[in-house]
Amino acid sequence: MKHTGKHYFADKDIQIILGTLLRVGVIASMTVVFVGALIYLAVHHSDQVDYSKFDPSKSGYSSFYAIAQGLSKLDSRAIIQFGTILLIFTPVTRIVFSIFSFLIERDYLYVLIGLFVLCIILISLSNKLVG
Amino acid sequence: MSVLLFTIIVLAGAFLAGLLGSLTGLGGGVIIIPLLTLALGVDIHYAIGASIISVIATSSGSAAAYVKEGITNIRIGMFLEIATTISAVLGAVITVYINPDYIAVLFGAILLFSAAMMVRKKVDHSEESSAGVLANFFKLNGSYPTAEGTVKYGVHNVAGGFLMMFVAGIISGLLGIGSGALKVVAMDNIMRLPFKVSTTTSNFMMGVTAAASAIVYLHRGQIDPGIAMPVTLGVLCGATVGSKLLVRTKTDKLKVVFAIVVSFLAIQMIYNGLAGKL
Repeated sequence: MKHTGKHYFADKDIQIILGTLLRVGVIASMTVVFVGALIYLAVHHSDQVDYSKFDPSKSGYSSFYAIAQGLSKLDSRAIIQFGTILLIFTPVTRIVFSIFSFLIERDYLYVLIGLFVLCIILISLSNKLVG
Repeated sequence: MSVLLFTIIVLAGAFLAGLLGSLTGLGGGVIIIPLLTLALGVDIHYAIGASIISVIATSSGSAAAYVKEGITNIRIGMFLEIATTISAVLGAVITVYINPDYIAVLFGAILLFSAAMMVRKKVDHSEESSAGVLANFFKLNGSYPTAEGTVKYGVHNVAGGFLMMFVAGIISGLLGIGSGALKVVAMDNIMRLPFKVSTTTSNFMMGVTAAASAIVYLHRGQIDPGIAMPVTLGVLCGATVGSKLLVRTKTDKLKVVFAIVVSFLAIQMIYNGLAGKL
C-alpha cells in the first residue's frame, strides 16, 4: 500500500470537499422541496388524501419529462418532485468525483469499477425496468 | 383526512423518527414505514418510496460530519457498491411483484434483527494481517491515523463481505431502508474492518445505493410528493438535531428503550402481514 502520510491528507482533503458538496446538495434540494411544500399546502391544504391503495398513475410526476412540464406551470407537486430528483442525484456526484480522483491517482482498476457503478445507476434511469 | 392534517402528523412523526434514528444509529426509515402503514393506513409501496428519499437525505447530509470522525475507505466503498447497486435496483424492480403482506413480514424480521444488533455490544475484530488475495488485488487494505500513530488494517473474507452486501442491497431495494444493520455485519464481522472505517464507509455507500433504487421507485410512481415531502423534511431535521444532541447525550439506556419500541413495531408489522391486514 502506498498510503503514505501525504497521500492520506490528499484523500482527506478530497473527502472534506466532497462532504461539503453533499451537504450543499442536500440543503439546495431541501430548499426546493420546502418552497414546493409551502405552495402545495397553500393550494391543497383542505383536499382529502387517500393513500390506502398504491396506484402507479396517481402521482402524475413519475418521469423527468412530466416533472419538467409541471415545473413550467409552477405546479407545487412538480416543484417538490424536482427537489427530490436533485436530492437523488446528490450522491451520484460523489461517484463522479471519486472516478476523477482515481483517474488523477492513475488507479485505472478503480476508474473502471467507478464507471461500472455509474453505469448501473444510469441503467436504472431507463424506465423500461418498471414493467 | 385533509392534506394539512396529514402533512403535520407525518412531519412530526418523521422528525421523531429522524431524531431517535440518529441518536441510536438505527436510521429513520425503520420507524417511518411502520408509522405510515400502521398508524395512517398508507399503502406500503408509498411508504417505501418516501423512506428511501429520507435515507439519501440523512446519509448525504451527515457525510461532512462523518469525514471529521472517521476515515472512509473509498476503495472498499466503491468495490462493495458494485454489489449493493446491482442488488438495490433488482430489489426495487421486484418489490411490486411481491405481496405487500410478505413485505411487511420481511420488514418486521429485519426490524427485529436491527434492534438486536443495536443493543449488542460491538466488538472490533480488526487486525493488521491479511493474507486475502482479493483484498490485495483490489487494494482494499488501508490505514488510519490515531494519536499513537498510523494504524494499518487488513481486510478479510472479501467474497463473503461482497455477498452479504448483495443481500443488504436487495433488502434496501425491497424495503426502502438503508439496511445499516446488515452492512455492519458485512463490514465489522465478516470483513473485520475497524469501526472508524466501517461506519463512515457504510454511510458513503448508503446514499449511492439508495439513489439507485430511488430512481426505479420514481419511475413507478411510488414517490408521491405529498408523502415524500413531509417524510424527507421531517427525518432530515430530526437527524440534524439528533446529531447535535449525540455529542452530549449518553445513549445506552435510550437504545434499550428504543429496541423495545422497535421490537413492538416489528411484531405489529409481522402480525398485520400474516393476518393480511395491510
